[in-house]
Amino acid sequence: MGIEILGLPLMYYIAMVAKVVGAFVFVLLTVAYATYAERKIIGHMQVRLGPMRTGWHGLLQPIADGVKLFFKEEIIPSQASTFAFLVAPLIALIPAFITFAVIPFGGVIEVAGYKIPLQIAAYFDTAAGRVYDVNVGVLYVLAMSSLGVYGIVLAGWASNSKYSLLGGLRSSAQMISYELSAALAIVAVFMLSGTLSLNEIVNLQSGCGGLAWYAFKQPLAFVLFFICAIAEINRTPFDLPEAETELVSGFCTEYSSMKYAMFFMAEYANMVTVCAITTTLFLGGWNGPLATTIPILGPVYFVAKVYFLIFFCMWLRATVPRYRYDQLMHLGWKVFLPVSLLNIVATAIWNYVIQ
Amino acid sequence: MNPINTFVPIIKGLKITLEHLFKKPVTLQYPTERPKVAQRFRGLHALNVSHDKAKCVACYLCPTVCPAKCITVEAGEDANHDKYAARYEIDMLRCIFCGYCVEACPVDAIRMTGEFELANYSRKDFIYSKERLLEKK
Repeated sequence: MGIEILGLPLMYYIAMVAKVVGAFVFVLLTVAYATYAERKIIGHMQVRLGPMRTGWHGLLQPIADGVKLFFKEEIIPSQASTFAFLVAPLIALIPAFITFAVIPFGGVIEVAGYKIPLQIAAYFDTAAGRVYDVNVGVLYVLAMSSLGVYGIVLAGWASNSKYSLLGGLRSSAQMISYELSAALAIVAVFMLSGTLSLNEIVNLQSGCGGLAWYAFKQPLAFVLFFICAIAEINRTPFDLPEAETELVSGFCTEYSSMKYAMFFMAEYANMVTVCAITTTLFLGGWNGPLATTIPILGPVYFVAKVYFLIFFCMWLRATVPRYRYDQLMHLGWKVFLPVSLLNIVATAIWNYVIQ
Repeated sequence: MNPINTFVPIIKGLKITLEHLFKKPVTLQYPTERPKVAQRFRGLHALNVSHDKAKCVACYLCPTVCPAKCITVEAGEDANHDKYAARYEIDMLRCIFCGYCVEACPVDAIRMTGEFELANYSRKDFIYSKERLLEKK
């Protein structure tokens, strides 16, 4: 078995580091190029070209933006409470990235005789012959996604500016109201799967040649969850916290330089994460035709599905205008919440009848 | 807010944006791609030349008709005792590019070109003298 550290083979640690680095780099690159893709896609949807000048068809634009933001002057308002002001972007950014720890992005691959499940917080137990991952993965995801709001509220409050404060308050109200419906929409999935482990949920969707997706069994929950998720990450048409027509730039009005870039990255990282969660819960994760026989197809399917959902977010942004605040609250509390509750009841009755 | 009224327009909108995604963009990559200037575009003025000198006879019709009062003409007499414009200036900061000067001219001495990039760094550079107007052939 070779060298063992704390009862686990050395290979376990190597694989773990490789997975963390791989997933982190993947998310970072996706975030960087999601900004480019968004500008390009929305540009073309508006019959424009989007970025064209930096590099071939503007391909170096994210790098140019990053360098520019990095060298910009750092401004901290004199009346701001400095520590909270500085720490807020980090609080917004970190939960967006660490949610990825429980998302399975592929099946089990074998490297040098050691089986590695392609999920960061998971390992393959050779004795039991199965993958062990965080068995409350979904709860972890929900917890982390609610942590993100602290960054925004703190940013709004610490800036000591009325626009920022209003943006922060709006975002907390919005995130709390939509988190309810999002969580309730997922409950319907648990009722079918009977487990909270994301790995198990993905495996349960592997039937019918990898197409037994929960999106087909729970179409309503899928739509509800995706819309609520978009609302929760403050993307258009629910981007009220940064509604520039009303609040200048919302919670990040007073931010500049790299701290502003962090909020921007958090927004896009959240989008990637939310799309990955939706993929995992409803679109069969890494499942797809032949994904079990050819393990390398797993990540390919996963990335393709995530990118499609990201494209959909951008498509939605190019299409739907921002909701009014009362419409947003109405939609959240009076439409999505009852509908998701009804969906749970219907699922429960259906399950009972089947058994 | 009933679901049909909420979702049908969104789906229609999504269809429209998707159709636009595959249309050819209308953007002109300006400094590298040049716009096609229409034949009758009213851009920078030019003084027409005949027999190596300006056709202008300094009749003062153009400063008279000019609604922006941007043309300054001073008449002179040449060796053949002909009247000619000793000074002919157009203040491009005042000019409204109406083309009345071209219409008024009895000897077809002034025309308007397709030149539209008239930006400059100082105010005095906007006053186009006779020499600068003649340069534009």
